Amino acid sequence: MAEIGSFALLLALALSVYSFLAGIVALVFQHRDSQPSAQLAGQAARPAISSADTSLGALLRQGSERIGETARRAGVVTFAAVLLASIVLVICAFRDDFSIAYILHHSNRDLPGPYKFAVLWSGQEGSLLFWSLLLAAYGFVLRLRYKTDPRLFAYASVVLAGVQIFFLLLLNFAAHPFAIVQGTIPADGNGLNPLLQYPEMVIHPPMLYLGYVGFTVPFAFALGALIMKYPGEKWINITRRWTMVTWAFLTCGVFLGAHWAYSVLGWGGYWGWDPVENASLMPWLTGTAFLHSVMMQEKRGMLKMWNMWLIFATFWLAILGTFLTRSGIISSVHAFAQSSIGDWFAWFLAITLIVFTFFFVKNKSHLKSEHKLESLVSRESSFLFNNLLFVLLCFTVLWGTWFPKISELVQGNKVTVGAPFYNRVAIPVALLLLILTAVGPLLAWRKTSLESLKRNFMWPTIGAIVVAVFLMITPQSWGSPFGLKPWQDISYFYSLMAIALSVLVTLTVASEFYRGGRVISKHTGQGMFASMVQLTHRNTRRYGGYIVHFGVVVVIIGFAGAAFNQDKEMEMKNGDKMTIGSYTLVCRSYTDDDSPNYASQWALLDVYKGGKQIDTMTPVRRFYKASQQTSTMPDIRSTLNEDLYLVFEGLNPDNGHPIIKAHLNALVMWIWMGVWIMLGGTVLALIPNAPAPIRVPAPARLEPAHAAPVVTGD
Amino acid sequence: MCGELGRECGDSRPRLSAGRSPAGFDGRACESVPNDEPMTNSNPRTKRVKHLQKAAQTLLLCLSVFALLGAGDPATRFNEIGHQMMCICGCNQILLECNHVGCPASDGMRNELMAAVSRGDSDSLVEQSFVQKYGPTVLAAPTTKGFDRAAYVIPFAALIFGFGLIVLVIRAWKNRPAPALADGLRPVRGAELEQFRDQARKETDL
Repeated sequence: MAEIGSFALLLALALSVYSFLAGIVALVFQHRDSQPSAQLAGQAARPAISSADTSLGALLRQGSERIGETARRAGVVTFAAVLLASIVLVICAFRDDFSIAYILHHSNRDLPGPYKFAVLWSGQEGSLLFWSLLLAAYGFVLRLRYKTDPRLFAYASVVLAGVQIFFLLLLNFAAHPFAIVQGTIPADGNGLNPLLQYPEMVIHPPMLYLGYVGFTVPFAFALGALIMKYPGEKWINITRRWTMVTWAFLTCGVFLGAHWAYSVLGWGGYWGWDPVENASLMPWLTGTAFLHSVMMQEKRGMLKMWNMWLIFATFWLAILGTFLTRSGIISSVHAFAQSSIGDWFAWFLAITLIVFTFFFVKNKSHLKSEHKLESLVSRESSFLFNNLLFVLLCFTVLWGTWFPKISELVQGNKVTVGAPFYNRVAIPVALLLLILTAVGPLLAWRKTSLESLKRNFMWPTIGAIVVAVFLMITPQSWGSPFGLKPWQDISYFYSLMAIALSVLVTLTVASEFYRGGRVISKHTGQGMFASMVQLTHRNTRRYGGYIVHFGVVVVIIGFAGAAFNQDKEMEMKNGDKMTIGSYTLVCRSYTDDDSPNYASQWALLDVYKGGKQIDTMTPVRRFYKASQQTSTMPDIRSTLNEDLYLVFEGLNPDNGHPIIKAHLNALVMWIWMGVWIMLGGTVLALIPNAPAPIRVPAPARLEPAHAAPVVTGD
Repeated sequence: MCGELGRECGDSRPRLSAGRSPAGFDGRACESVPNDEPMTNSNPRTKRVKHLQKAAQTLLLCLSVFALLGAGDPATRFNEIGHQMMCICGCNQILLECNHVGCPASDGMRNELMAAVSRGDSDSLVEQSFVQKYGPTVLAAPTTKGFDRAAYVIPFAALIFGFGLIVLVIRAWKNRPAPALADGLRPVRGAELEQFRDQARKETDL
């Protein structure tokens, strides 16, 4: 089997190289061919052109078209080859073929089926193969849809082939997934990392990688458009859906990662500002900025240069994130084993930067803005500030991620850059961004009068202030977000601001739906809800975007809840009680269990609230036999208000008493709900608009004297 | 994002009260009164400025008093300082969030911290002693001294620079001459442009 996999990888590399080189040759010849014909077209006065010249031109055109077609087909077949290699690796995992080093290190005989499938992306070599597979799949779809704009797609195909070559070179020469074990083959494998043995791990990496890899497509189109000096903004229309789908995947991947961390790692949080988490956040931030600023290019022909750099930065940061994870240059709990492939990534990053900068400098005259900005109070300037804040947040995360290394270089010692740093620096910027989320959509293109600003914002602002005051004056006993006294702690101040601004955004979004719905209702006589549905269907992108904004504020409210988190740790023997918040936990008993893959210890805890038993919770501690590692499996009881999060930490080595840690995490469920709303909004924005009703001018009213009776049918 | 939302308040409280005294605020406020305005009580603008000053002073005083409330509570201090430190066992977790039973480091570190807080050691003294014992990586965030200060200064400098740049770009774009139109057509501006806009809004309104 390993031979088939290795051969498939070599074949894929050869096909990619062919697709890349033949694609370039075809484009160069087409370019040369189109230049003289364009010149000739402008010189109609020239009397005679030799028939030999025309036939040579036609021959060249035909030849280049054929070469281009073979390049496209080679790209299509690359997908089949990489798919074959991936299938082979998965089959080897299911067959427990421990002669392959990768399978030996990441699987074992008793590993459940879904995790054997997930072995494909659980280690360095496999995840690179998976990355390559997704890239080939994107390329496959792109090359099949080439008829939309053959020339632009040919350029994008060449760029994709270039990126594909890099990953296939890595797989064939630096991180081979089919490397054979030397010497005696062990009877069983080392097993999958226990932390990865969780259902979400089967879907989190694919989502994240679909996001990372997906940004290669808009980047390929952007670079292609830049190289060929593509006229107009059609390439943006073509890539809009690609970008949105990719963004949705990345959003899903990032939050699945957060949910996995929350449900598995057992420290009670969902985001630790680890370099690998940061690596996924950075392209998300620039990608989000791109999704906003690209509207300015579409609608007003502005920010063309900026958008080029933004999509390049998004692609580049996705690769940089992979470099961070793989090189071991920055220490992280997530990092893969340190290896030499970091150098490969560093070279690739440098080459892509040089290539992009070269074409940008060469063709930047093509990217001149078509319009000028007329007012500071306009949709355009709100997009500029929006982009500034997104990019600044990205820079802050990048700066914080690299600062330990920079500090080591400058002052000779490493420092830690953890959550307190990001909270101090990133939260104020994020709050500014939230203000813009409220203000931006209500500003008109070109210019907004102060009168209309006042009209649009008065009620939402009053609503936000009322909510803020309500949260401050209500008693704390009502629950987590109530009784917020911002002067007591800076975290309370941030929370209050976050919730108040979230209310402001929600009300501005609601007012947009209401105003549009009211107009339709007036014209059509429909009810308000039906009118709002029709409104959304007529401009799915705009109103889908508003729903995404609403999802974001729901997520932000969930984040704001972190200020109210509590935790408590206790040794609990049978019958012992622990009180946290309004809950009382009573330890009923402990029990053991055994399965082929792991042995486990369970704690049984009765949960009381207001003197009444409401649940029995069972946090688990597992010992994985193959890897000889221990892992906790927290039990989480989620409500809208708070999560009761219990961890069975183990037995006290001194007296053998079990230790239970309880966390009361406020508003966490809002985060996961917000993500679903964001994804729903994105899906809505991808649906094509309903055609606007055609207005037919009403016929002139007939005078009663001349009016003939009209017979109407049923 | 807000896993540790703003736990740094223990650090900021003393600075708030020391750096922004009411006297300092007063001095600056007096300087800001325009020279060409006669400072008489009858001038409504001057009255308004004075009222604003008083309100600001009162607000600042209240904030300072509230900020200092509860700052000396040992349990609060233990929680705050403990969230500014890292466990050094290699788990990359905040000291008070390290959840490894039998962790070779966190239990000892917590006991040391509790002892220091009970003794009444100041925050900076506790931090210094931990840095001396465990190295600078024990602090969960860079300090505000020496090169470490750059960690905080650079992002905010970038924010200010970015805002300035955008304002300049907008100004430059606003002053850019409108593109010339062919065949003697003149660009539409001013009231005429507004009129066309109103017309377009009416015609394209839903």
